[in-house]
Amino acid sequence: MPPFVAAGDAPTWAERGRDAAGIALIALLLGIPMIGLTTVDQGGALRVLTRWPLLAAFVAAVFCGRLLLRHALDLLKRRRRGRPGAAAEDEESGRRGVRMIGWAGWLAFGAALVLPLVFSDNRYVVDTATTVLIYVMLGWGLNVVVGLAGLLDLGHAAFYAVGAYAYALLSTQFGWGFWAALPVAGLVAAVFGLALGWPCLRLRGDYLAIVTLGFGEIVRVALVNWTDFSGGPNGISSIPRPSFFGLPFAPSGDAPTFAASFGLEFSPMHRIIFLYYVILALSLLTNALVSRLRRLPAGRAWEAMREDEIACRALGMNVTNVKLSAFALGAMLGGLAGVFFAARQGFISPESFTFNESAIILSIVVLGGMGSQLGVVLASLVLVLIPEIGRDFSEYRMLLFGAAMILIMVWRPGGILSRREPTLRHAAAEGGHA
Amino acid sequence: MMLQLSGVHVHYGHIHALRGIDLSVQIGEVVTLIGANGAGKSTLLMSLFGQPRVSSGRIVFDGEDITRLPTHVIARRDISLVPEGRRIFPRMTVMENLLMGAVMANPDNLEVDLKRMYALFPILEERLEQRAGTLSGGEQQMLAIARALMARPKLLLLDEPSLGLAPLYIKKIFQTLRELNQNYGVTILLIEQNAHHALRVAHRGYVLQHGRIVMTGAGRDLLASAEVRAAYLEGGNPGN
Ligand SMILES: Nc1ncnc2c1ncn2[C@@H]1O[C@H](COP(=O)(O)OP(=O)(O)OP(=O)(O)O)[C@@H](O)[C@H]1O
Ligand SMILES: [Mg+2]
Repeated sequence: MPPFVAAGDAPTWAERGRDAAGIALIALLLGIPMIGLTTVDQGGALRVLTRWPLLAAFVAAVFCGRLLLRHALDLLKRRRRGRPGAAAEDEESGRRGVRMIGWAGWLAFGAALVLPLVFSDNRYVVDTATTVLIYVMLGWGLNVVVGLAGLLDLGHAAFYAVGAYAYALLSTQFGWGFWAALPVAGLVAAVFGLALGWPCLRLRGDYLAIVTLGFGEIVRVALVNWTDFSGGPNGISSIPRPSFFGLPFAPSGDAPTFAASFGLEFSPMHRIIFLYYVILALSLLTNALVSRLRRLPAGRAWEAMREDEIACRALGMNVTNVKLSAFALGAMLGGLAGVFFAARQGFISPESFTFNESAIILSIVVLGGMGSQLGVVLASLVLVLIPEIGRDFSEYRMLLFGAAMILIMVWRPGGILSRREPTLRHAAAEGGHA
Repeated sequence: MMLQLSGVHVHYGHIHALRGIDLSVQIGEVVTLIGANGAGKSTLLMSLFGQPRVSSGRIVFDGEDITRLPTHVIARRDISLVPEGRRIFPRMTVMENLLMGAVMANPDNLEVDLKRMYALFPILEERLEQRAGTLSGGEQQMLAIARALMARPKLLLLDEPSLGLAPLYIKKIFQTLRELNQNYGVTILLIEQNAHHALRVAHRGYVLQHGRIVMTGAGRDLLASAEVRAAYLEGGNPGN
């Protein structure tokens, strides 16, 4: 029983039936312990109950579902194959795709700009949008390392943590403000990026992934156990919130407040909206920086290294520097996102920087389509919004989340936007090279 | 003297891949190195770049001892490599591949050099925005040569450029090499299994066997030699 019917002509219903029966058999085997049998608590003793009708319904549903799925996939395949010259069209449609990505980018930018104005009294929407933007920024940072340079990094949350703790300590211990601490924390994270990059220079793929995984855990475990320094599992609280260039967001106070200075009535939404614009500005800067670098020889070298390290060496590139610069930049961007996170929450603890976080950031990059900037935005939207929408489904929330990820990867195996944008158009090259 | 190897030995662990190589390339020459699979041809080329490092011996390029220099530093000298299997950047466009070839070159020369490449390989100009991985094998080989030339090398090293190509493309590649040597004054060290073609373009040739040079002489003489014919030409298809 082949899992997929050969790509020839449409399979007969008998073939489809056999295929679905096979799947149903697997469902039956799995279902006996999981659905067919259940335990109930009867006066302290556990008793096993059987639920055969439910199991039968489950198997029947799987059988029908598989039939329908195959039918739908076959229809889809036939439609695709039916289009004349599908292959020849590829380059042209690719060019159209790149243009559309450009438009979609500007559209998303416009929407992001006006969102807090439209929802200026809806705290939930602005808060969620801020969370999306944090992940966008984290995704863009990791995209440099994984998407462009091709270095699989499973410990990105470590840099996020370094940035957050750097700001938390600088502000609570030394009274630094948000804006002063931001670049310093970014630099500290970059140094951590170099510290991780150095031992990883000779590693690739799976091996690199394991080392970065370990690095992420080291940072988290250090934060949990080094109580004097980081507050241990209790974390650090009362981290100062960013002010509006010196004007605090407060109902009233000795110093002039934001609301008073602008003749507005105090509203807690002011700070929420301000925070939103701060992270929006940070992400836009990130995007501008990364897009610009990609067009310079230094940035193009990241992609070339992902493609073929040996060829890069033969062309005179110093692969060590290329790798370290990718690690440092990615770490710095992650650190900046961490600073913002700490300032927004006002409280941080190692809980926020577990492996789970690294995995989500990596999923955003992979789901978005490695290396695609807009893909990261779309994937962040999906990964933040699905659990939010899923709140209505309470305990099935994470199930929904996982199913959505699987569906996206089945639908677009290369990620949502898998087509790589060339770093320059022909015309630009003709008219003088930047 | 463009390149001089003296007494070069290379080991991969216990494998003694090169056993005392003496080889030289004069300025303006085309020199070819032929040998069977596993003779150590690629090893010799890569060891010029320090990958692997020679265990003893000396490599002098253009009057400078490069034996112990780091790979990327050697690659920044006027020496370019077209590696075995082309190793273009498949997901990047043809144009981006060419630009990568020039990363270490003077950016002022870029326009001129691109024009030169279009003149040498017109097909590349037509395909500037195509992903390099979707080029045909022959086109990829041309791209690999063009990418290497973007650095304006004095010495061009090629590792089996005719591998896996159709006769027509092989002819084109060898024509291009001759043109490069005669019109642009590029010195060439060419590794080939296609002894027939290689020895006809080359001024001089070396025959490598089990890590040793067993024969050397003018291209035409080697082509005529009974031993070379027996080992590298008969049973092959010298016709193409
Ligand atoms: N990285 C390596 N580690 C161990 N042994 C190696 C390595 N690279 C090459 N060798 C061995 O060194 C010898 C020479 O290999 P080399 O690749 O130089 O041959 P070649 O002449 O280029 O052959 P071909 O024509 O097939 O490309 C072979 O026996 C090979 O197995
Ligand atoms: Mg070889």
